[in-house]
Amino acid sequence: MGDERVLRIEGLCARVGEAEILHGVDLEVRPGEVHAVMGPNGSGKSTLSHVLMGRPGYEVTGGSVTLDGVDLLALPTWQRARAGLFLALQHPTEVPGVSLESVVAEATRQSGEEPGESTHDVHDVLVREASRIGFDKRFLARPLNVDLSGGEKKRNETLMLGALGRSYAVLDEIDSGLDVDALAAVSRRIQEATDEDGLGVLAITHFSRLLDVLEPDRVHVLAAGRIQAVGGPELAERLEAEGYAGVLAEAGASVGLPAGVTHPGDDGHDAGFGEDPFADPLA
Amino acid sequence: MARPDTDEEVWRYSRIGELDLDRYAPLKRQRATQTVVQRDLSAFGEMSAVVVIRNGWIVEATASSDAVDAGLYAGPVGDAPDGESLLGAAVDVPVDLFGHLNRAFGPEPLAVVVPDGVRLGAPVVVVVLTDGDGAAVFPRVLVRVGADASADVVELHTSTKVDALVAPVLEATVGRDGHLRHALVQELGPRVWQLGHQAFQVEKSGRLEAFAAGLGGDYARTRTDCRLVGRGADGRLAAAYYGEDDQTLDFRTFQDHAAPDTTSTLLFKGALDGESRSVYTGLIRVRPEAVRTVAHQTNRNVKLSSDAWAESVPNLEIETDDVVCSHASTVSPVDEDQRFFLESRGVPTVAAERLLLEGFFEDVAAASPHPAVAAMLRDALADRLDRRDALADGASGSAGEGAA
Repeated sequence: MGDERVLRIEGLCARVGEAEILHGVDLEVRPGEVHAVMGPNGSGKSTLSHVLMGRPGYEVTGGSVTLDGVDLLALPTWQRARAGLFLALQHPTEVPGVSLESVVAEATRQSGEEPGESTHDVHDVLVREASRIGFDKRFLARPLNVDLSGGEKKRNETLMLGALGRSYAVLDEIDSGLDVDALAAVSRRIQEATDEDGLGVLAITHFSRLLDVLEPDRVHVLAAGRIQAVGGPELAERLEAEGYAGVLAEAGASVGLPAGVTHPGDDGHDAGFGEDPFADPLA
Repeated sequence: MARPDTDEEVWRYSRIGELDLDRYAPLKRQRATQTVVQRDLSAFGEMSAVVVIRNGWIVEATASSDAVDAGLYAGPVGDAPDGESLLGAAVDVPVDLFGHLNRAFGPEPLAVVVPDGVRLGAPVVVVVLTDGDGAAVFPRVLVRVGADASADVVELHTSTKVDALVAPVLEATVGRDGHLRHALVQELGPRVWQLGHQAFQVEKSGRLEAFAAGLGGDYARTRTDCRLVGRGADGRLAAAYYGEDDQTLDFRTFQDHAAPDTTSTLLFKGALDGESRSVYTGLIRVRPEAVRTVAHQTNRNVKLSSDAWAESVPNLEIETDDVVCSHASTVSPVDEDQRFFLESRGVPTVAAERLLLEGFFEDVAAASPHPAVAAMLRDALADRLDRRDALADGASGSAGEGAA
């Protein structure tokens, strides 16, 4: 089992505060594959990305996530990253006084290694990555994301993705806030990482325009905390043309359940693993 | 002069009630011999003058020939040109008991005089060393930067591991179109009490940049008064402080606008670990004549431990219209979103907090008047973060064993 290379999400349930958001998500991403997760606002897309990386405030109540056989949910965030997971945030955090270069140096430093030992390599890698996505290298020494435009922040995320060389990347709306040129540069770099390095990609997006360049192997429709439909690239085109209602109705999903509202049956029971079999179905 | 108590706003939250003055006695004299300057000053490179004040007494004062030729005086006030006029130039009446004690018991003050039109290319460095056990020590430094003159003055306050009371006073005036960049790096020993006062007075179109690093001491208090008395005067105050164990670091600031078109900014940032405490209270005062004042005040505190405590009280007293004033104050733990962001890139938690704290102080370090001072702050911060990391390693090591 340890030899199998796959990011496997099984029956993942999670809540934020008192609100149950994910109700059993199943997904598998293999090296070199691109999976798109699409879904209406509030369907749990961002929650999924945060849960995978272990963001504080997001509580897993059931299911499992393994990365190449490693139990990801048992690890603190930084060890999930070192195990091979990258999360590109929808809203990259501004970190005053801390440079991109110092973060990448610390993120790649092995225990026992002196700080700054490999700084020169890091700098070279970052300069090379910056040129690959048309990112001015003056940003490398600037405080992380401070006073950057939305598009520059996303290029920054892509640059770190390239520099850190992780095995799987969760991209939380990497396409939002990007102009056409930036979108092309960013999605081309990600496509190259899948082709050249076998990066497995889970791309969370609202729009199919990202998928014009970054061609998905599978498209998953997430709604009401579950994967409701799965298809090929044509599914993304259909969603773009028709919206979610038709696809979700075919899948028999409960459409329009507002995000963050607890299922009546889940209310008050936190035992955790999936639906409570003893809940009153009429409640 | 009455002993201060915590009913006064400017002494609220202080530990003045714990002070037992009978434990300390003023020294009768200080021999100049056997002085040990404990700090390596080579990082400053060329210096206009080096002065050592030991237990309040000037024991060494050496100025470079270039600076002397240019007109710098750095030495006992009695020998300074027009020295008498320096006494009380920035503070006519001491602001509290410790200012009065300084005048009553202090030996001959140091005078640093930069005449009109003289622009010093290298800093004046003053080492203020306390090594008298049980001593009450009263160093007094008088600085005059003349019209159209400029100078960097760096004070390094250190001590051995003595039990002592230090009540330093700085009185500095900046003449018309003059420019003073001042730094005070306080690295006193863990048993020293410091009750300090700095008074700056800035004339028309003069400019002050004052920087302070509060690192040592058991209870270390500094009151800073910045009076902008001439049109267009500008005062910029920055400070960094880091508390460990059960230290208390206490800062009181007054941005006093007494002339039109004056500007001031203040940025004080601190981190509190262990059971340490900090106090910041600051007042922006805009007097009736100080129309078109622009004044800002920011105090940010990071609590690194649940037992640490920070008090932050900004205040405004505005007596005219047509001013732009702001104040901001925060006390919070390390930012969870920032830490998560770094962790999500693979930076271990301890290293992430370290990067964030180094980053937190970076803008204050950048405001220091000399690269050597910025380096001192960064080194002191690194030492403290090393101690913090060592504690975290110990804690996670034992937790790891427990889990396994």
